[in-house]
Amino acid sequence: MAASESYPEDLRYHPEHDWARVDGGEATLGITWFAQDSLGDLVHYEPPAVGASISQGASYGEVESVKAVSDLISPVSGEVLEVNQQVVDEPERVNDDPYGEGWLIRVRLSDPGEVDGLLSAAAYKQLVDELA
Amino acid sequence: MVPFAGWEMPVQYEGVIPEHRAVREDSGAFDVSHMGEIEVEGPRARELLDSLLSNDLAKIEPGRAQYTLLTTERGGILDDLIVYELDPCRFLLVVNASNAATVFEWLREHELRGSDVRDVSDDYGLIAVQGPRSLERLGIDDAPAFSFAEGEIDGIACMVNRTGYTGEKGVELLAMADETGDLWERVLARGVKPCGLGARDTLRLEVCYPLHGNDITPETDAISAGLAWACALGREFTGVEELRRIKEQGPERRLVAFVMEERAIPRQHMAIDEGGEVTSGTHSPMLEVGIGMGYVPAGISKPGNEITIDVRGTLRRAKIVPKPIYKREEH
Repeated sequence: MAASESYPEDLRYHPEHDWARVDGGEATLGITWFAQDSLGDLVHYEPPAVGASISQGASYGEVESVKAVSDLISPVSGEVLEVNQQVVDEPERVNDDPYGEGWLIRVRLSDPGEVDGLLSAAAYKQLVDELA
Repeated sequence: MVPFAGWEMPVQYEGVIPEHRAVREDSGAFDVSHMGEIEVEGPRARELLDSLLSNDLAKIEPGRAQYTLLTTERGGILDDLIVYELDPCRFLLVVNASNAATVFEWLREHELRGSDVRDVSDDYGLIAVQGPRSLERLGIDDAPAFSFAEGEIDGIACMVNRTGYTGEKGVELLAMADETGDLWERVLARGVKPCGLGARDTLRLEVCYPLHGNDITPETDAISAGLAWACALGREFTGVEELRRIKEQGPERRLVAFVMEERAIPRQHMAIDEGGEVTSGTHSPMLEVGIGMGYVPAGISKPGNEITIDVRGTLRRAKIVPKPIYKREEH
């Protein structure tokens, strides 16, 4: 079942359609409802290795739908602590639940100050509305 | 919507995967009005087509159609098309949208006194209705593949062609352009699912139908592409000497089908490590793995052989398989 459009208030957003749920010095990352809706049903998730360093604004992996490949742009810098193996096995979970079961990686933040530069839900929603 | 050969085409309606499955399990409709239609008429129409097309027109009769190739002097493929014998002196060619102008020009250049070539693409619309329940949904009887007849759907006159690009039973309905919109609505009203270009591509690739521009081009020949069955090499037509030579010597490379053995989706132009490249690749909605076609050196082209695809810098294993990649399990 495809999720309906939403942008939770408790997340911070990157304009490349990625979200971060920050919890102290760690964050969980994923792609937004808009991103998964634009791509269509996901059929492949190419995750980074656990332990890899990722940088804000740079690609840390890929997701693919039948027709398109998309880089995953990291909203924050840090070290990969965990990869959501369930999404590797069943990428459609991202379509079903982009902010819950469809999370992609968990990271330890190397520069927690970066979070302040991310968009609020309202600001991201406005950006999406301009794209539509 | 994406621009495609000057047409705005829907890539998908509900989604590629549900549309694909509808065609495999029930029925789906594709508006393929972008396809080109060319009529060749006259006492020497057959002679003209015989000299330019690879297959043997003598194998068909009025009311029958044939898959054939328009070939270059060097044996390359200008287009793959379906020729319909309307009557012994009148033929309809349904050609790829992106090649319609080229095909028309080619035919016009070779026109004989007594063969009239007309581009009638703007006169007609074409709706493909495909899937195991497509005929039942349309309320029409079964008929042999590659036959056609005048018919109607809910009062809209059309030519009912037993052809398609999905590997499923079905029809392609050729209607007057100004009635095609209505026909589309009538077909959907019968419970047929609307499908876009995305599903059209995944369906044809699962059954290894080549796509012109990807798998076959003016630079590739029919023998290497595995289309010798559509070439009557005993006849004389453009490029036949070269095709006979390739057949006799054996092609240097062959178009093979493959299935990924590691999780990855092959895409067009990805390099094959053993030589050659991917010409079409996607995710198979039925098999739920990456699948593709590509040219590999003939020496390694046997089904069962392993090849390696360069997926944006990462090497992924795949296995060459017999065509078609997907075949319905017989019950």
